[in-house]
Order: sequence, then structure tokens, then C-alpha cells
Amino acid sequence: MNRKSFALPILLIAMAFTLAVRASSETPDDAAQKDLQAGSKVLMQPQELVQALKAGQGTKPLVFYVGPEMFYQQSHIPGAEFVGPAGRPEGLKKLHDRAASLSHSTSIVIYCGCCPWSHCPNIHPAYNELKRMGFTHVRVLFLGTSFGTDWAEKGYPVQKGS
Amino acid sequence: MRRAVPFLLAAILAMVIFEIGHYRAHHTSTTSTSPDAVAAPDLSMMDLDGKHINIGVYKGKIVLVNFWAAWCVPCAKEIPDFMKLEQKYIGRLQVIGISIDDNESELRAFYRNHKMDYPVVRGDQQIADGYGGVPGLPTTYIVDQEGHIRGRQVGATDFLRLEQQVSSLLK
Repeated sequence: MNRKSFALPILLIAMAFTLAVRASSETPDDAAQKDLQAGSKVLMQPQELVQALKAGQGTKPLVFYVGPEMFYQQSHIPGAEFVGPAGRPEGLKKLHDRAASLSHSTSIVIYCGCCPWSHCPNIHPAYNELKRMGFTHVRVLFLGTSFGTDWAEKGYPVQKGS
Repeated sequence: MRRAVPFLLAAILAMVIFEIGHYRAHHTSTTSTSPDAVAAPDLSMMDLDGKHINIGVYKGKIVLVNFWAAWCVPCAKEIPDFMKLEQKYIGRLQVIGISIDDNESELRAFYRNHKMDYPVVRGDQQIADGYGGVPGLPTTYIVDQEGHIRGRQVGATDFLRLEQQVSSLLK
């Protein structure tokens, strides 16, 4: 067998292997949530949110915290509204009720940071709910490890308590 | 076709690099050690079995204080590893789980179903503040035999690194 005949099969096997590895590591929710994958424009880096929050009233996004209350009490983004864990029905309902009165073009940023990004139980349900409701300007703060590690300990502004 | 071989190899290499990058982006954790150790808070807590827990009781042992929650997938995954580590260093190491679960019945069910054999306490802000804050879950503090905080891991626990720290404190 010459090089010509085995190069193409090798490439095909490598591609199949890559696809299989990716498929096995993704939950069905992830597969449906391309918006929340690395590189997506929906994701917002901390520095970008800091800049956005410096904007004048009216252009500033609304920031919703969709994680556990203890972390919010410990420290949160100044001005962020506590919604509660969107991974739970009561948290999701609270998010729905809060967003129901808003224009669908409202700029909203959601964040959690309770645990590593790929395991957060709150971000996907919150994002899905807002998109399902018809919001067109929803973005998600990307916190790879946690809010404490990727925001508070990086020196970005925080506020304590409720 | 011979000219295409380097391109094909480059494509394969690019895919491998992409997968490694993807894995790293989704499995992050941070580790820190503290040479200037501060005292662990001497808090009185009650575990799920109704027993009073005080970290001072464990002086002479290394204590791993693991902040976790039943709904936190990486936290749940590593609980068997904490139990194994405690067994391996039996008498010299104690694990204490501090749960931030709001839902007590879910926590109790998890504790029972996973046959957790170390004390689990329901955490609150006072406990978290006592440790200087919990940046996210899971977070594990390493407390030495004298009751001083010697290190912290945030995110999925690197058990190899954790055991190295335990071994070095036991020397």
C-alpha cells in the first residue's frame, strides 16, 4: 500500500475519532446549546462586562445572578439582581416572572459561577428560558472555574450582601 | 498526493490540539498553597447525624474541609475519592464536608445514597467567611495538624496534588 492510498483513510479515521470523542463528552443539552460553547458571541468575558457596566443608564445591560444564594451574599457583581438557582423550578419561575415585564430587546447578562463552567446546572436553563421567552439580546458571562476565581479574585468590582 | 501528506498530518495535529484545548477549557481548577498559614476558624457545627463538630477536636490530624453541594456534578464525582483518601490515611487524616445545599432533604438523600462515611455539615455564610470565602464549588481547604490552613483547591480537585500536599504535611 503506497502513501497515496493510506493517507486519506488515516484522515477519515482521525476525523471520525474526533467527532466520536466530542459527541461522547457532550450532553444532549450541550449539543442543543451551541450558543454557549467556547467562541460563541453569546459568551461575554469579565472585562467586557466591566466595560459594559460603565456605560450610561439606559445602555447598561441588566445583570441577573442565577446561582445559589450563599454565593450572592458572599459577593456579587454590583447592581446584579438575585434571581436564584435557575436549575431549580422555583428559580426558573422567578427568572420568568422577573423577565416577563421586560421588552424582548432588553440587553440582559446572566451569570452564575457556582462551579466549573461545563458543570453549571443553572446557566443553560436560564439562557434557554430567556430565549424561549423571545429575548434577543441575552448574553452569558463566561466564568471558567467560578465567580470567585474568575471575577472576585481577579479584582473586578464586587458587592457583598443582598 | 505526496504533497498532501504534510497537510493531512497538520490537520490531524490541529484536531488533537483543538481537543486538548477544549478539554482544558472545560476542566479548570486552581490550586494554592499557603506558607504563611492562618488558623482555621474554630467553629462549632452540627453534622447531619446530629453530632457537634469542632475542628479543634481534630488537632494532630490533617483535615480536608470540602465545600460542596449535592447538585454539583464535579463535587459528587469526587466524594468516593475523598473517602478513599481518608481510608488510606486512616487516623491521620479527616475529611469534613460542608454542604451549601438549600434543600436539606436532597442533601440527606444524597448523603445516605452515597454512603458518605465522613461528617457533613450544612454550611452558611459564617462558615464560608471563616475560611476566607468560597470562590466556587468544589473548594477544598487543607488544614494541618496544628489547625492552620495550608492550601486550597478551587474547582475539580486534583487528587494527585492533594495527596502530595498531605504526604508532605505528614513528614
